[in-house]
Amino acid sequence: MNAVGVESVWKFYGDYPALRNVSLSAAPGACLALIGRNGAGKTTLLRTIAGFSRPGKGKIAIFGNSPRDTATRRLMGFIGHGISVYDELSALENLMLFGKLYGLADPKKTALEWLERTGLDRVKDGLVREFSRGMRQRLAVARAFLHSPKVLLLDEPFTALDDRAIAVLQRLLHEALSEGKTIVMSTHQLREALELATHVALLNRGQVAFHGPRTAEMVADPGWVYARYGEG
Amino acid sequence: MMAFVRQVLVIMAKDLRAELRTKEAINASLSFALVVLLLFSFAFDPSEETTREISGGLLWIVFAFAGTLLLNRSFARELNNDCLDALISAPISGAALFLGKALANYVLVLAVELIALPLFGVFYNVRWTSQFWQLMMVIALATWGMTVTGTMFSALTVNIRLREVMLPILNFPILIPALLGAMQLTSALVAGKPIAADNDAWLKMLIGFDVMYTAVSVFLVETVLVGG
Amino acid sequence: MRDKILYIIGAVALILLARDMYLITGFPAEANQGAIFKIIFFHVPMAITALTCAMVAFVASILFLITKNFQYDALAVAVTEVGLAFLAGNLITGSIWGRVAWGIWWAWDARLTSALVCWLLYAGYLMLRNAIEEPTQRATFAAVFSIFAFIDVPIVIFSIKWWRTQHPQPVFWGGGSFPPDWSAVFGWQMLAILLVGVVFTAVRLRQEQFQREIDSLRRMAHAL
Repeated sequence: MNAVGVESVWKFYGDYPALRNVSLSAAPGACLALIGRNGAGKTTLLRTIAGFSRPGKGKIAIFGNSPRDTATRRLMGFIGHGISVYDELSALENLMLFGKLYGLADPKKTALEWLERTGLDRVKDGLVREFSRGMRQRLAVARAFLHSPKVLLLDEPFTALDDRAIAVLQRLLHEALSEGKTIVMSTHQLREALELATHVALLNRGQVAFHGPRTAEMVADPGWVYARYGEG
Repeated sequence: MMAFVRQVLVIMAKDLRAELRTKEAINASLSFALVVLLLFSFAFDPSEETTREISGGLLWIVFAFAGTLLLNRSFARELNNDCLDALISAPISGAALFLGKALANYVLVLAVELIALPLFGVFYNVRWTSQFWQLMMVIALATWGMTVTGTMFSALTVNIRLREVMLPILNFPILIPALLGAMQLTSALVAGKPIAADNDAWLKMLIGFDVMYTAVSVFLVETVLVGG
Repeated sequence: MRDKILYIIGAVALILLARDMYLITGFPAEANQGAIFKIIFFHVPMAITALTCAMVAFVASILFLITKNFQYDALAVAVTEVGLAFLAGNLITGSIWGRVAWGIWWAWDARLTSALVCWLLYAGYLMLRNAIEEPTQRATFAAVFSIFAFIDVPIVIFSIKWWRTQHPQPVFWGGGSFPPDWSAVFGWQMLAILLVGVVFTAVRLRQEQFQREIDSLRRMAHAL
């Protein structure tokens, strides 16, 4: 069974189709990079997969189930444009909050573990509002990985990250892939993404222009997919 | 069921903790309540007997204004850093999220009201304690009505321009029956008259209003959060 | 085809209105209140049309949430706007009547007050729509608000009735009586005003569809 299945999905803004008949899939252990220009529908697609909004037509399946099912949501981790942690709470409180919402057995222990893994254990009681940008980003990464999701959905994960956060995230993503987890990410940073990706999908004006395994040409020349399958 | 209650409490505790750490909204709300109480004393001679007769109305206008400031913050709090995304992707139902936030608002609005109430009693020379428990019941019921619709509309208006203005424009007309009932009952209670056969219809209406809007909100909140 | 039907309905409404006006002016003045009583031929049908609009908006909003079909959203906004216009007509005619019968423009009469509250409720609906950019979100949020508003209508009407009965209030039609031979004309007038509402709604509905088409073309142009 596919970890992520997108079947003939349409998504409308009013009458305008932002996604047109998109079909994609990612097997367990795969890393799918969604590429395409701004406005091609990458974020819309990723948010629809994550269950933030329902598709107008078609179906999204995460291990065969709807992303809106509570049990399915436990399997998914999402990193979006914002860091999705609370400025007024401390790092530990933030992680414990989400640990409780995900129903972890020992939220505090898991939270402390992740603070250590992201190098935030020394500032665990500091309020997020006092954190530097890089620290906030690492906390955001810890939040998304906290409940050890089987499917990771990342919207432009490397944009706006500092070097240390990129290093932390890449280590975690490699680790996740080696554990057989599935990653779907939208990205502009072709180099970072293609190094990690096993599959690539190019979106063009809401349609899939290319979907297939990542090849050696793509890594050698990140512009290759665009050139080959066109800006159309 | 236990899990649902626990999630509601986690969300509620989160909102309360975030608010109490900065106290931004609650301070603003309290100061505003004071200012409005003071302004009313200039508009209506506070020593007159006639003012005491309309005191229930004044009190609820203060509560509604001050409460709006708190309710406005409810979903706006999630706007920074896109926190709402994380809550929506967490494995909790929209109903649990909504009730958690509504309860947090309820506690905050009640706190402001209970601080404003004795001040009101002093300023306007009203013996509000004479029917203490019945008054508390009316405040508890009407405040819940105000909070439940306010929290819902806070979710509806969170992304739009003029959010601060839109919330009262949407919420106050909907609340007119509840506020009207609360005003009638409060005026009678602070005058020392307990709820009797001639005005218990208001109490029933308040209960009906609360039950109805709580049910509709819980039913529709998932649609609001996840959309179309 | 649709245009023709619309023209026919409009023509029927106009003919009916003209005929009713002719008959109404011919009626003798009412015994207690005089000529002003005849305003009832506009005042009441407008209120009933407005209430019908609110009901249609409620049903359309529910259907939108279930089907996500934007036709229902367009219908909801069209009838709400038309309903607000009729309710405004109802408020104004009621106020004029009050000026003549009671000597004041606004007497906090229970029915007029309820109408005013309902007007504010649905004006809020239009303001909410105006403030939301994204069409799907606009339609969804507006539908939710429309449901909240419609539930409030009966609660408002009853609570304001209780509120007014605790105070002395003028008798509604000032004790005027409705001669039996007026009833038929009243029925025709009711139909005429309802038909005007239907025509307005249809025109507004068409506008809304064009608007959606334009929006989607604009988005498509931006995407290029």
